[in-house]
Amino acid sequence: MTDISLAELCIVAASEAFRNNGEVVATGVGPVPRLAAGLAKLTHSPELIMTDGEAYLVEQPVPLGPRKYEDRKKAGHLPFSRFFDSAVWTGRRHAMVTPTQIDRFGQINLSQLGGTHKQPKTQMLGVRGFPGNTIYHPNSFFFPSHTTRVFVEGEVDMVSGVGYNPAKRIPGGNYSGVDLRFIVTNLCVMDFGGDANAVRVVSLHPGVRFDDVQAVTGFALVNAVAGETAMPTAEQLEIINQLDPHNIRASVIKDNPPGHKAA
Amino acid sequence: MTHLTPGLDKRMTPAEIVASLRDGMTLGIGGWGPRRKPMALVREILRSDLKDLTIVAYGGADVGMLCAAGKVKKLVFAFVSLDAIPLEPWFRKAREAGQIEVLEVDEGMFQWGLKAAAFGLPFLPTRVGLGTDLAALGGLKTVQSPYADGETLIAMPALKLDAALLHVNRSDWRGNVQLFGADVYYDEWFAKAAAKTYVSCEELVDKMEDHYPDDAQASVFERCFVSGVVEIPCGAHPSSMPPAYGWDMKALKAYTDAARDPGDWAAVADRFVGATEADYLQSFGGKEAVAALPLPIF
Repeated sequence: MTDISLAELCIVAASEAFRNNGEVVATGVGPVPRLAAGLAKLTHSPELIMTDGEAYLVEQPVPLGPRKYEDRKKAGHLPFSRFFDSAVWTGRRHAMVTPTQIDRFGQINLSQLGGTHKQPKTQMLGVRGFPGNTIYHPNSFFFPSHTTRVFVEGEVDMVSGVGYNPAKRIPGGNYSGVDLRFIVTNLCVMDFGGDANAVRVVSLHPGVRFDDVQAVTGFALVNAVAGETAMPTAEQLEIINQLDPHNIRASVIKDNPPGHKAA
Repeated sequence: MTHLTPGLDKRMTPAEIVASLRDGMTLGIGGWGPRRKPMALVREILRSDLKDLTIVAYGGADVGMLCAAGKVKKLVFAFVSLDAIPLEPWFRKAREAGQIEVLEVDEGMFQWGLKAAAFGLPFLPTRVGLGTDLAALGGLKTVQSPYADGETLIAMPALKLDAALLHVNRSDWRGNVQLFGADVYYDEWFAKAAAKTYVSCEELVDKMEDHYPDDAQASVFERCFVSGVVEIPCGAHPSSMPPAYGWDMKALKAYTDAARDPGDWAAVADRFVGATEADYLQSFGGKEAVAALPLPIF
């Protein structure tokens, strides 16, 4: 069991976010979220709907990395040209993404850091679909490096995705679709189950203490640790390996550490 | 010999298309990131004196190049990205220099704004944007439902375009288009949101019904939305044009590296724009090299 990587442990933990979601589009952006969604579909949640990352629906998740263009098995079609009509604005989706910043309200930022909107210090991607995703369907997050630069003190530099911040909510708006589920990091699993949706640590990866997590988080966390994050089973590892034949997951977390943190 | 009703022969040259555009216009550019971009028409703009443009795009290198060349007064965007190279380097430079005005919106709001323009509406209501910084930064207003629910919504303003530029797989002289590939993104709505839409295509035929009648379902929008057509094979390079060719990541990497070294567009514009389209295409290996670019895997 000692050769199980922390990335693999995170994939298994993240796959739990997609359990009991029903027939929704499971979108994992980046290797760990994507493998998590694929693993969920191939194990506990076959009802999940998934794309090939481009425009076709597949019942067999496509593996990561180089492959033949036509070797996906198309079960349906869900192009961007229909994505808001079908998946996002109907709430029939759960996305797991990696923003650049997140704050205590679950507000996320993918757009810019520092400076002003007219002249940002660092321009990133732009808000992309985060404003729509966060007001319409469930979202979870994965962060390969849990630091105070990601889990910021105060609020994110630019609120690209809706969180649970009452001060940001224009009165009279319908926020019933805001549904932030899980945060998986290289240290722990968290949710938004505290008072007023405060962020709670619900499981710690092997060898990690709550104080370790708090020390690299820019806001106060609720300690709701129920135990250690589960290690992957042999069956789960086999599926992860099939979905990631080029071992791209080894490049996600710095130095690809083992799942059992060295004492 | 083909005879068309006068006015229905919409063939133009790239230079005529760009000559019909004016400084200060609002231009929509179809495609998505580094996919299905009318890059040859963008290059024709880069060879012209056109300036002070408001660009409306799901942005890729089209936006980066126009920003780098100082053509952009304002940008309406949800992202600018080259996919495998997530951060568009020349767009970044322009933003971090405070060089352009922006209206930043969500991807879904963006197409909603095109639809409002297409239908001649001042806005369309949406929940998207509530609870984020978009409304405050973009000056977006809210409306209240007049029905019993009384819900407050963002009024996404119509993104009215003076002109739209698209690159499609096929067209005929009258503007009967055919679009293939896994996804045609929002090209239909750019066409309908624009006062004039100019279409470049991989293949131009005189009468679609004589050549490709079996593919009629690929006509994603109707010819009343097309003002001008021009055949430009490889006209999306370096972006992808499924099923004909994939993106040219080597070219996009070189373009990205050039933003760091030398970091000066004037010094590299010749390389990435070319004096003519033929020169440009030749410098990247010609039609054969473009046709051999594999379709991207996601």
